[in-house]
Amino acid sequence: MAKELRTLTVEDIRALEIGAAILGTGGGGNPYIGRLRTEQLLKAGRTLSVLPLEALDDDDLVAGVGGIGAPVVGIEKIERGDECLQAMRAVERATGRQAAAVISCEIGGANSMEPMITGAQAGLPVVDGDGMGRAFPELQMCTFFIYGLKPAPAAIADEKDNSVVFTGTQDMFWLERLSRATAVDMGATAGYALPPMRGEFVRRVAVPGTVTQAIDLGYAVLLARRKKRNPVEAILKACDGVLLFEGKIVDVNRRLARGFAVGRATLHGLGADAGATLAIDLQNENLIAIRDGTPIATVPDLICMVDLESGQPITTEVLRYGLRVAVLGLPCHPLLSAPEALAVIGPRAFGYDLEYRPLRGSRG
Amino acid sequence: MTRIGPEQMDDLALGAAVLGTGGGGDPHIGKLTAMAAMRRHGEVTMIGLDELGDDDLVVPAAMMGAPTVMVEKLPRGDEIVGAFQGLNAYLGRPVTAVTPIEAGGLNSTTPFVVAATLGLPLVDADGMGRAFPELQMVTPTLHGIAATPMAIGDEKGNSAILNTCDNLWTERIARTMTIQMGGVAFIALYAMSGSQARQALVPGTVSLAIQLGAAIRGARRAKRDPIDAVLAITGGRRLFNGKIVDVQRRTERGFARGDAIFRGLGTDEGHELQIRFQNENLIALRDGEVAATVPDLITVLDAESGEPITTETLRYGFRVVVIGMPCAEAWRSEAGLALVGPRAFGYDVEYRPL
Amino acid sequence: MLRIGIDVGGTNTDAVVMDGTRVVEWVKMNNSADITAGITAALHQLLRQAGVEATQIGAVMIGTTQFTNAVVQRRDLAPVAALRLCLPAAQSLPPMVDWPEDLREAVGNCWFLAHGGYEFDGREIAPLDEAELRGIAGQIRDRGIDAVAISAVFSPINREMEQRAADILGNELPGAQITLSEEIGRVGLLERENAAILNACLRPLGARVVDAFTRALAGAGIEAPLYLTQNDGTLMAADYAKRFPVLTFASGPTNSMRGAAFLSGLQEALVVDIGGTTTDVGALHHGFPREAGAAIEVGGVRTNFRMPDVLSIGLGGGSLVQDGATLTVGPQSVGYKLVEEGLVFGGQTLTATDVAVAAGMAEIGDAEKVRELDASLVTRTLAAISSMVEVACDRMLLTPEPVPVLVVGGGSILVGDKIGVLSATRPPYFPVANAVGAAIAQISGEIDRVYALAELPREQALADAKRQATERAVEAGAVADSVEIVEVEEVPLAYLPSNATRIRVKAVGDLARG
Repeated sequence: MAKELRTLTVEDIRALEIGAAILGTGGGGNPYIGRLRTEQLLKAGRTLSVLPLEALDDDDLVAGVGGIGAPVVGIEKIERGDECLQAMRAVERATGRQAAAVISCEIGGANSMEPMITGAQAGLPVVDGDGMGRAFPELQMCTFFIYGLKPAPAAIADEKDNSVVFTGTQDMFWLERLSRATAVDMGATAGYALPPMRGEFVRRVAVPGTVTQAIDLGYAVLLARRKKRNPVEAILKACDGVLLFEGKIVDVNRRLARGFAVGRATLHGLGADAGATLAIDLQNENLIAIRDGTPIATVPDLICMVDLESGQPITTEVLRYGLRVAVLGLPCHPLLSAPEALAVIGPRAFGYDLEYRPLRGSRG
Repeated sequence: MTRIGPEQMDDLALGAAVLGTGGGGDPHIGKLTAMAAMRRHGEVTMIGLDELGDDDLVVPAAMMGAPTVMVEKLPRGDEIVGAFQGLNAYLGRPVTAVTPIEAGGLNSTTPFVVAATLGLPLVDADGMGRAFPELQMVTPTLHGIAATPMAIGDEKGNSAILNTCDNLWTERIARTMTIQMGGVAFIALYAMSGSQARQALVPGTVSLAIQLGAAIRGARRAKRDPIDAVLAITGGRRLFNGKIVDVQRRTERGFARGDAIFRGLGTDEGHELQIRFQNENLIALRDGEVAATVPDLITVLDAESGEPITTETLRYGFRVVVIGMPCAEAWRSEAGLALVGPRAFGYDVEYRPL
Repeated sequence: MLRIGIDVGGTNTDAVVMDGTRVVEWVKMNNSADITAGITAALHQLLRQAGVEATQIGAVMIGTTQFTNAVVQRRDLAPVAALRLCLPAAQSLPPMVDWPEDLREAVGNCWFLAHGGYEFDGREIAPLDEAELRGIAGQIRDRGIDAVAISAVFSPINREMEQRAADILGNELPGAQITLSEEIGRVGLLERENAAILNACLRPLGARVVDAFTRALAGAGIEAPLYLTQNDGTLMAADYAKRFPVLTFASGPTNSMRGAAFLSGLQEALVVDIGGTTTDVGALHHGFPREAGAAIEVGGVRTNFRMPDVLSIGLGGGSLVQDGATLTVGPQSVGYKLVEEGLVFGGQTLTATDVAVAAGMAEIGDAEKVRELDASLVTRTLAAISSMVEVACDRMLLTPEPVPVLVVGGGSILVGDKIGVLSATRPPYFPVANAVGAAIAQISGEIDRVYALAELPREQALADAKRQATERAVEAGAVADSVEIVEVEEVPLAYLPSNATRIRVKAVGDLARG
C-alpha cells in the first residue's frame, strides 16, 4: 500500500464536522458527539490518517463501519467508544482475516466520524471515500451493496459486549431488518461492520475523495466566518454546487412513519427568489426540491440546506418557521446515478413518480 | 449406549409432550422430521451422560419460537443441521455429541435430526427435565455455562452467530431475531465439554420420555388407565379432574400467553381450576388457592387417552385430568428458583415442592 | 395584595411595588458594592415614595443576573464531583469534556463514571452497584468536595436511579449538596449533565445570595415571603432557589419581556429591548417568552435549560453611525459613555441617539448640537435602524401572522411606531419593565419525558404528563386549583419502535397567598 497518508488535526476534524453535516442533506444525525470523541482520541495521542482511494492494493481488505440506531438515543446513551471496533473484530473472527483499512458507508452526518474513531483505535487508516457521498435513510442504499457486495458476514456490537455476526442473509433487506431489530434490543444504538471488501472493489465503487471534500467544505465555512465573508458563496466555490434557492421557512410538516421523520418544508423566497416558493420533501434526508410546483432537484443529487448568515448546516430535526436558509444543490457522483443505483436511491425508489434528471453543477 | 430408531419416535414424542407441560411445541412435526432423517441416514446412537469423556464437545440443538407459528410454518428439514454446523465451524473444533437442551416437547426430537444426519451420538440428557419458555432457563445457566457463542438460522438462509454478555441477553436478542425471521428459528448453543455436561445437564430425560410414551401406549392397549402409568413413573399426582370452560390466549413478544379455566367433574365437582401459561403451564390455582407452580411440572392430559394437551390446542369442552409432577432436583436450589420459580414469572407466591 | 418586584442588574437595581395589576410606584438606583445594602436602600426608597408600610407587602420577587455572571466571570464557583451513571455505556466522553478549560479547572475537574442508567425504553443499562458508589463517595470525601452532580443516562424517563444514588451518597457524605440532572434539564446527556454540574457549583453562592436577599428584606422591615424568578418567567420559593440557582439564568431578559407583556396587556407580541449597545428581540407566546429550541451556551458550556429565545443584534443607543461606501449603524458602540461622547452631550461621536434627537424622536441632551446634521443622513440612518429591527423581528416570528411589537429599554427612542408592517408601542413604565415582570410572575412546573405510545395510549400519556407537571408546580409553591396547563408539545422520535414520543408539558399557577 502506498504510504501517502494524510494525518488529520483537531482543526481538520472540526471542519469535517461541518462539511459532513452539509453533505448529510438534512439527515445523517448530528456529528457533534462523534467529533468530540474523535478529538478525545487525538488529544490522547492517537493518529488519524486518511488514505487516498487509489492507494489501496487489490487484496487489501477494507472494513466499512458506522453507527446504527436512533439519533435521539445517541445524544443520551453516548457510546462506550469501541462498539464499531468490536463489530469489526467480530467480522474478522468469523472470516479469519483482518482489515487493512476502514471506510465510511455514509459520509453525511455522524457516520463520517465513526470510521475515524475505529481507525484511530485499531491503528488503521481511513480511506478517502465512502459509500454514499451523502446520507441516506437505509443501509442498503450505499454503493457497496448496490454494486454487488454480498450482505454477509456483517456484524453489530453494543457496549455490553453483545455482538451478532450475520453469517448468512437472504438479501440486503434481511440484513437491514435483522440488524435494526437487534440494535433496538441493544438499546437503539450499536456499532456495525460490513462484510470485508477487497481494495480492488472499493477503488471501483466507493465515492472518491469525500473525506477531503467534507473537510474542504467545512474549512470554507470556518474561514468565511472568520473573515466575515459570505459562507454560502464560500461553500459554492469549494464544490460543484449551485444555489437552488434562498428563502425563509414558512411551514414545516413532519410526522413519524415506519421509524423515519417524513414530511415537507415550505420556503418563501428572499432576494432574487422573492415571490417564489420552494417545497422540500424529506425522509430524514431532503429528497425532492420543488420550485413553484416544478421539481428542480431530486435524489440522488444532494439537496443541502444551510443557514443564510452562518453557513451552518440545517438538519431535519431543527427545521422550523422563520429560519433563513440557502438551499444548495450538489450533483451526485456518477456512481449514484447509474441505472442500477437509481433503482435503489432514485426518486421512484422513494415512491415518487418522477424521472431523475441530473442536476447541472457549477463546473458544468 | 442404546440404538434409537424411527419406531421409538412415537413413544418419544408422546412422552416428551407429557414433560412439555403444555408447551414445547407440537412434537408431531418434530417426530416426523426426525423419522425421515433416521430413515435416510440410519439409526441414532444414544449415550448416557456418564459415557462422555471430559474432552468431548457437546452442543445442544433446538428450535425456538411461538408454538402457534410452528404448527403452521413447518420446517424445511435441514435448518437445524445448518445451525449446528454453523456453530461447529465457528468453534473451530469438531463437535463430538449433540443433546437436547429441552426434552419437553418438540425439542426432544430435534436433536435426532442432527444426530442422524451427521452421524453423531446423542446424549441422554437435557437442560431442563421439562420445557421452559426462555433460553436462559436451563441448568447450565446455574453452572455459569454461557449460552453463546450461539448459531441461529431460519428456513430462508438467514443465519447469525451471537455472542452475549450473559444468558438473559442471549434470550432477548435471539427472541427478537426469531420474531423477525417469522416466528421460528433453529439454534445451536451452550457448547460445553463432557465434564461440564455431566455436571450441569439433567440426566436421562430422553429415555424417560420414551419410557413415558411407551407406558401410555401400553396402558391404552391393555385398557388400563394411562394416567396411572404416567404417575407411577414420574412420582406425580392428580391435581384436578374437569372440563375446559374458557381459554384466553394472546401472542406477546413471541410467546403464547394466557389462562385456561376448568370446571370440576367427578370428585372435583363444584370446584374450579385455573392454569396460567406462557407457552408452558406455570401455575395452577384450585378455587383460587395455589395447587402447583413452576418449576414443578403441570400437564393437562386427555381424561380418556392420557394424551397430553398443549396450550395451543386447549379448547372448550375437552375433558381432562391435570397432573403435577416433581421437577428435577437442580431447580429446587435458591439459584434454580430465582431463575425458574414462580417469582421469575411474576407470581408473588412461595414455591412449595410437589 | 401588595407585591414588590426587584431586578438586580449589572448597573442598576430597579424596584416596583404593585397592587394587584396596578403599578403603584417605582425606583431605579445605581448599584453599590454591597448588593444587600443596595436592595435595602431601594426598598426603603420605594416604600417611602409609595407611602406604603413594610407590613403591607405580601410578597417580594427578585430577578438577578448574579449567577449567570458568576459562571461567565468564573468566580464564586464551588468545586464539584460529577457522577455519571452509565457504565458500560457512555465511556467515550467523560463529563465536562467540551468545557472551556478555565471553567473546568474552576470547578475542580473531578468526575466519576459508575454502572447504571436506562435504555430508551426504561430497561436498566446496568443495575446500580452500591459498593462502587460507596467507593466513589470515599474518593469525594478525600478530595473534600461538598457539591455533587448526579446524571444518569435517560433519567428524564425514570428518576429513580438518580435518587437512589443520591441516597447512597447522602449516607456516606452527610453534608453534601446533591443536584440531580433530571430535576434540571431535558433529554440530551451532555447538555443535561453540564446543567447539573453548573447548578452544583453555584449552590453555595446560591445559599449566600438568597440569605443576603432575605437580610435585605429584613433590613427594610419586610417579613413577606421571598421568591426568585426563573429563566422561564416563573417563580421559585427562596428555598427552592437555593437548590436550583441555575434556573435563574436569563431571568433578566425574561422578566423584561414578561413585564412588557403585562404592561401592554398583550399575550402575543415581539419584545424589542434596545439598550446601549445591543438590541434583544424575544417573542411572547401566551404571555411567556418563547423558549429556545437548541442547546444554549452559558459561559461557553452547552446546556439545555429552558431559556428564552432571544436574538441579539448590534444596535443600541450608543451605536456608531458611519456613512462610508454604505451607511452602517453599529455594531461598535460607545455604550455607557454615551453621556460623554455623544454629540448631543458635547462629545465628538455620531451615535444613533444623536440621529434620533435630530429627527425629533427624543429630547435628550442638547438638540442644538445636532441641528446641522444632513437631513438625508438622518433619514437614511433611521431607515437603516428600522430595517435592522425589522429583520430581527421577522426572524423571531414563528407564523406568518403579524404581531404587535413592544419596545422597551433606554434605546427605545430609536424606533417610531412602525417596524415594517408591524406596529410598535412603548408600554407605560417601560424603564422598569423587568421589575414589573418579576412582580407579576407565577409558579410553574414542567415535565419533559419520553413515552412509548404503543404501550400507553396517547391520551393516558398526555394525562400523566399533565398530572406530573401540575404536581411539580404545586411542589414549587403554586396554589393547586389555580394551576393551568399552558404548553403541550409532542415530538415523535424517528428510528424508535413502540411509537416513542417525547412529551413536554408546562403548568403554571398562582403563588399561594400569605
